[in-house]
Amino acid sequence: MSEKFDAIVVGAGVSGLAAAYVMATNGLNVAIIERGRKPGAKNVMGGVLYRKMMEEIIPEFWKEAPLERPIIEQNFWLLDHNSVVKTGYRGMEWADMPHNNYTVFRGKFDQWFAEKCVQAGALLINETAVKHCIVKDGRVIGVETDRPEGDLYADAVILADGVNSLLAKELGLHTEWRKDEVALAVMEVLKLSADKIEERFHLNRGMGATIELFGDGTDGMVGTAYVYTNQNHISIGCGALLSQMSERTTTPYELLERFKQHPMIKPLIEGAEPCEYYAHLIPEGGYRSVPPLVRDGVLVVGDAAQLVNGIHREGSNLAMTSGRFAAETVIRAKEANRFDRQTLSHYERLVRESFIMKDLKKYKTASKTLEDNPDYFHHYLPAVNDAMKEMFTVDGVSKSEKQKKIIKRFLRNKSVLGAARDGIKLLWAVK
Amino acid sequence: MSTQTKADIEEKLYLNHYTVDTQSHLSIKEQSVCAACQRKICLTICPAKVYEIRDGETSISYEGCLECGACRITCPHSNIEWTLPRGGFGIQYRLA
Ligand SMILES: Cc1cc2nc3c(=O)[nH]c(=O)nc-3n(C[C@H](O)[C@H](O)[C@H](O)COP(=O)(O)OP(=O)(O)OC[C@H]3O[C@@H](n4cnc5c(N)ncnc54)[C@H](O)[C@@H]3O)c2cc1C
Ligand code: SF4
Ligand code: SF4
Repeated sequence: MSEKFDAIVVGAGVSGLAAAYVMATNGLNVAIIERGRKPGAKNVMGGVLYRKMMEEIIPEFWKEAPLERPIIEQNFWLLDHNSVVKTGYRGMEWADMPHNNYTVFRGKFDQWFAEKCVQAGALLINETAVKHCIVKDGRVIGVETDRPEGDLYADAVILADGVNSLLAKELGLHTEWRKDEVALAVMEVLKLSADKIEERFHLNRGMGATIELFGDGTDGMVGTAYVYTNQNHISIGCGALLSQMSERTTTPYELLERFKQHPMIKPLIEGAEPCEYYAHLIPEGGYRSVPPLVRDGVLVVGDAAQLVNGIHREGSNLAMTSGRFAAETVIRAKEANRFDRQTLSHYERLVRESFIMKDLKKYKTASKTLEDNPDYFHHYLPAVNDAMKEMFTVDGVSKSEKQKKIIKRFLRNKSVLGAARDGIKLLWAVK
Repeated sequence: MSTQTKADIEEKLYLNHYTVDTQSHLSIKEQSVCAACQRKICLTICPAKVYEIRDGETSISYEGCLECGACRITCPHSNIEWTLPRGGFGIQYRLA
């Protein structure tokens, strides 16, 4: 097979499929190459999929896509060893169509999305790994796959090969990620009946909730733990910066087991049957880690380009939007019949001017601030738990006495100024 | 590490579906580097417990690999030759 395509997309994740769909519906001759036995077979997400960005690619996709539950309640918990402070928001406006976001299983969703690409005219090649980009005179002109006579050629190659992106590394677009540029997440899907899920999470029929947990769920490491409701399953996982995880002797699966056994979590998943176990990296480098996004004949999208907003657990939406931008750029390039870096840099401009780069820039210091100041997780988070306990415990001590005690607890071994500085730094980083 | 956690992880991996290749996609570049390695991070960071020390060498049970990439990035001596399984092989997730 040495056919020539307008574009080759490497990787049938959401970024690659978004790119392929937009190009195929605009009449381009597109091949998608996926190493899994089917799209989604290698992909892991909590996962919450955001409607708006998907709808910009396939309007009213929610009428036919395999979705689990529309989310009507999002929670943030500050978890200590034996207590929790809860905040969250439930809005019934989210119960109406079109919803705000949904839990999905990528194993099903990606397969459906790929089918839409095929219907639009794209060629999907499963069970095929791309070994290298074919480079001629400094320009990417195709890919070498692990199939016999498996070289394929195209005017443009879109690398949508996910966080490990060996291909972008080989092209020198980025070197190996540092340990503090990625988080390692482990997760399980547990089977639990819809009735039980709705009872335990206080949900109307078919509606869903998410819980994001900071603190004890990751044993104080910078990261989050989460519990998401699907139709008949719970997704439960935790992830932390690889730099911190690798300092521990606790294994990732021990961390997950510990989280599942936590007194605040256990009742939610009691009796639920484990179905599948996952591990995946999440790009967490943010703004400063985004590599150059184009070279002659090639564009990088999604996780392969570190386009994830970790603080808000947004990845799939940045992936899709970057895929769409890359596709629009290739369509434009085809009209001009120019695929050099300068023409393709239109994609970089689109990314820079969109919410993708604006959000990454806004939160560029968040993860580093948290990593450099372990006190947020080890001192302030338990102190917030203590403060709530203090105020809610009725024991004859006056409220002003209690407040004094709380302030003292917050300031333990700290000056007022130091604590204020910590607070300002955190606010500045995550506001 | 206790045998309890070994059983735990085997139970977890047993839930998954793999198409197992006859050849490993992972290898150790130099066993002598592992022998001199103090931290042996691969033993604890791997979420599938792929790495173990057997007869003084780092052994690889590549069959259970979840293809996350953590070992490649954390090995302090860049001593792991990390490639993707051949197309169609390795972990095949069905759900999330
Ligand atoms: C545990 C976890 C929870 C998450 N939760 C959320 C969430 O709730 N909401 C959210 O928006 N985001 C979430 N994310 C992030 C989100 O999953 C990613 O940002 C998103 O999947 C990125 O899409 P992608 O298409 O760039 O990459 P991927 O989805 O990783 O797709 C890459 C594809 O490329 C294929 N591939 C790789 N190399 C090759 C090769 N050489 N040849 C052929 N094929 C190849 C892979 O098999 C894969 O199909 C989560 C991530 C994790 C790990
Ligand atoms: S961490 Fe690297 S060098 Fe050390 S034992 Fe493991 S593979 Fe060998
Ligand atoms: S890629 Fe992940 S699962 Fe596979 S051996 Fe490395 S750390 Fe273990």
